[in-house]
Amino acid sequence: MGWLSKSLNSSIGKKIVMALTGLSLILFLTVHFINNMFLFFGKDGFDLLVGSLDAVKPLVRVAETALVLLFGFHIFNGIRLWWENRKANPDKYAINAAKENSTFFSRTMPYTGGIILIFLIGHLATLWVKFNFGMEGTHHYYDVVATMFQDLPTAIFYVIVMLVLGFHLNHGFQSAFQTFGWHHKKYTPLVEFIGTAYAVIFAVGFAAIPIYFFIRSMGGN
Amino acid sequence: MINLDSKVPEGNLSEKWMNHKFNMKLVNPANKRKFDVIVVGTGLAGAGAAATLGELGYKVKAFTYHDSSRRAHSIAAQGGINAAKDYQNDGDSIYRLFYDTIKGGDFRSREANTYRLAEVSNNIIDQCVAQGVPFAREYGGTLANRSFGGAQVSRTFYARGETGQQLLLGAYSSLNRQIKLGNVEMHHRREMLDVVVVDGKAKGITVRNLLTGEIESHSAQAVVLATGGYSNVFFLSTSAMMSNATAAWRAHKKGAAFANPCYTQIHPTCLPQHGEGQSKLVLMSESLRNDGRIWVPNIVGEKRVVSDIPENDRDYYLERRYPSFGNLAPRDISSRSAKYACDEGKGVNGGRSVYLDFADAIKRIGEPAVREKYGNLFEMYENITGENPYKVPMQIYPAPHYTMGGLWVDYNLQSSIPGLFVAGEANFSDHGANRLGASALMQGLADGYFVVPYSIGNYFGSEKPEKVDVKGAEFKAAEESVKENTNKMLSINGKQTVDDIHRKLGNLLIDKVGMSRDEAGLKGVIKDIADLREEFWNDVKVVGKADEINQNIERAGRVADFLELGELMAVDALDRDESCGAHFREEHQTDEGEAVRNDADYAYVSAWEYKKAGEWELNKEDLTFESVELATRSYK
Amino acid sequence: MKEHNINLTLKIWRQENATAKGYFDEFKTSVSPHASLLEVFDELNNNLEKEGKDPIVFESDCREGICGTCGMVINGRPHGNQTKTATCQLHMRTFKDGETIYIEPFKAKAFPVLKDLMVDRKGLDVIQQAGGYVSFNTGSAPDANAIPISKTAASLALDAAECIGCGACVAACKNSSAMLFVSAKVSQFALLPQGQAERYERVQNMVIAHDESGFGSCTNTYACEAECPKGISVSNIARMNRDYFVSNMKLQK
Repeated sequence: MGWLSKSLNSSIGKKIVMALTGLSLILFLTVHFINNMFLFFGKDGFDLLVGSLDAVKPLVRVAETALVLLFGFHIFNGIRLWWENRKANPDKYAINAAKENSTFFSRTMPYTGGIILIFLIGHLATLWVKFNFGMEGTHHYYDVVATMFQDLPTAIFYVIVMLVLGFHLNHGFQSAFQTFGWHHKKYTPLVEFIGTAYAVIFAVGFAAIPIYFFIRSMGGN
Repeated sequence: MINLDSKVPEGNLSEKWMNHKFNMKLVNPANKRKFDVIVVGTGLAGAGAAATLGELGYKVKAFTYHDSSRRAHSIAAQGGINAAKDYQNDGDSIYRLFYDTIKGGDFRSREANTYRLAEVSNNIIDQCVAQGVPFAREYGGTLANRSFGGAQVSRTFYARGETGQQLLLGAYSSLNRQIKLGNVEMHHRREMLDVVVVDGKAKGITVRNLLTGEIESHSAQAVVLATGGYSNVFFLSTSAMMSNATAAWRAHKKGAAFANPCYTQIHPTCLPQHGEGQSKLVLMSESLRNDGRIWVPNIVGEKRVVSDIPENDRDYYLERRYPSFGNLAPRDISSRSAKYACDEGKGVNGGRSVYLDFADAIKRIGEPAVREKYGNLFEMYENITGENPYKVPMQIYPAPHYTMGGLWVDYNLQSSIPGLFVAGEANFSDHGANRLGASALMQGLADGYFVVPYSIGNYFGSEKPEKVDVKGAEFKAAEESVKENTNKMLSINGKQTVDDIHRKLGNLLIDKVGMSRDEAGLKGVIKDIADLREEFWNDVKVVGKADEINQNIERAGRVADFLELGELMAVDALDRDESCGAHFREEHQTDEGEAVRNDADYAYVSAWEYKKAGEWELNKEDLTFESVELATRSYK
Repeated sequence: MKEHNINLTLKIWRQENATAKGYFDEFKTSVSPHASLLEVFDELNNNLEKEGKDPIVFESDCREGICGTCGMVINGRPHGNQTKTATCQLHMRTFKDGETIYIEPFKAKAFPVLKDLMVDRKGLDVIQQAGGYVSFNTGSAPDANAIPISKTAASLALDAAECIGCGACVAACKNSSAMLFVSAKVSQFALLPQGQAERYERVQNMVIAHDESGFGSCTNTYACEAECPKGISVSNIARMNRDYFVSNMKLQK
């Protein structure tokens, strides 16, 4: 298996890991996104949906383990790439003209990734812990979410991070295709379009949740 | 007196090379690694020779003053490479390529060498294709050819306008493979400053490490110089900034005869000079002459813009004077004609440039087809001049480009110092008094891949040269003289910079030893150059120290040598009292201004032997022609 | 071709050696719009030499944009602001009167500064030596027309082979990755029948040599393509990635 670790640790290998895990995480996000959209269709539906997941807890745990691995590889490799690439380019130019030759999204991947990581920790520590261990037998998941976003700083934080997630996805999606070698004059523009569409839909959709609940909390009271 | 035995083998022209290869002494494969060779220069000839010698099993040490062996100036050749493949079924053959080349050189090259060049041309194309050189292709997948620079058959292979780059990268790739395999030891950023001769044989070189200034000695049983031409003697030329004659010149001063220095080619299609601060001239591929039409306004002092000059007031002077070749007339003719037109005051805006017009071509085959053929050249033109050649005709003017002269070599490409071989543009051998387009790449690769590797084996097999130690007295003496020379330049501390003096030398040469020459001018310029040399050694200012990166010292050393070589060019041009090829003596022309050759008195190679600064002895190698009639070159 | 001179302030990076601290040296100059940037440097150096000062060390050779020797970062951009142009082909007409121009050497850990604007790019050669060739000996080639090659393949291969090895891709990359350079050679041979025999070993060896020479990884910002004086496409990187992936599956070792 020496060849495998050698290949995965090469500069292209690390990219392939990033791309594979990244695309898988996009799949997960899609599922997560669909689930979350139930929030807009009222309390009952959402509570029923999340509650029904409780019924298949072992399966969920397996999926979560896989997710942890995916995130783990993605984060570990991402940090490693960032660190190694910094070492490869220690001196910066006096004049920074990077905007002339590359997109903001592509240059900021380690930073948008870092912000998402911080968010992820907070997100898990609050909502995931609450949903899994803090519900005390009730199924009022919807209320937990609604209560949480009554807090303005929390809502703002979530909105900003979702925007950042959009940035990350915008580059990440098409970048993964490039890494796999799927670059073609005819198809690449389509891939780029889909990536951007995904990024916009996810960012807007996810960010709509805190906005929706915050505005509702103001109107309701 | 130098022994100028050409060692041309016996037999019919077409059998000479074959016979020679058969009669060569071979080195047993197991013994090859006991022989070491130094190759200086990594252009087409040098990289080709180093790689091939490595493949054969010799121990090779290659040297370049560049940071990478991929940067040699062969890379800038644009148009293409000739070969007698006759893939186009248009009547080409080895004999025709040979004949065109020797006739193009105005019968001033050695018949057997030129024939061999044509003979191995086909192997070169095979070799390069196998290396993965992406030559242009037809839709069916076969190789494409174009007609080029004065040839009436399509025998030129090309890769867009970047043929030299692709061929050099091919040679570079073969060289890299040998470096990886450990057969070639590559020394970057080393400039050769002397050749070391032990007991009459070349046994090593002295180099300056351009990063540390250290003077190093390297020994080997044979030395190959593939160090290019000396066009930069003119200061403004199409050569690269660093191209120089130092390696060849120092070998000359150690006893290698220098042949035909006055044969320098002025290329017709270069960009005109824009101003005083210009550092070099840029060549536009001659292939442009396939479709572009060259003209000047008919009226002296024409003030109208191009679009306002009617057809009647345009002089397509090449088409007018050479109806069968037209715009494809050989380089020397084309260049001289442009010079005369500008001398008459018919140059564009009265200056020194002529039009190269694609309006008709665009009308005939359409802009997309023109773009397909010359797109990158047009882009380059627009980039440099800021004018769009699809809309406005290009302006061109001739510029020094290639030097047919060089170190004298025999049929084995061995100089008059045994063990010192000279390949590519650095030698004088194959082009005579003028080189045809797309023949330089051919010669560099022929020498490098297919000639030097054989003849070095023969030298090792027959002479069995001994190994010597770099601690020997000859090496120490060479190191000392190199250091002394450097220190001397640093100590002068005068008022003129190296470039100031180089520019003066260039002006003298282009004026008097350029496209046309005459006795009075040559006699005058010989004295002027000698005076300028005095000026250099008394008034030059070289800054910095010897033991660091010092580009000023590098340039100073090269210019010091140009100041001697420039004089020899004039001396040679004065001696050659005839017009031939690129050497045009005003005294020898027909009423119509065509060159008049003198075969009775001048069918010889002038091989100059160095005596002391400003003093040479002329040795003559008579040129005998067994297979061709010495025709008058006519492109009417 | 006569227009007024333009006045410029040049801030040029000076650095004694790799470990020394660098600084900007300022020069005020009036130049012809038709001069090239390097001709301006020539003139500056000529003046410095006259004053007995050390000229600015910079590299250039062919001045036709093909040898790849020159390379400076001009106002933050390798080879300057004009696309598909090497430093030596950059003309002063692209600058505005009164402009201040910052000129720095290529920066990357793999390209240590030797002096002023001269850097050491030997890593690029090391990569080529690792596999940038077709293994065969002089003399053993079949007839050049023996293998037909489609015009498209030859043309794509030439697109990749046009790389001049200047290192601008590395200088432009925020990761100092040389992947565009590596992929240009890998692609050239991957597209041609001559390159097939060693196709997968080649990509492995060249990628390993790249990584070991201190270059960073590609993160697909495509700054390299934007700054490449030859416009080498990042589709070559994709092709190399694919070949690298396949090579791991295919090779016996």
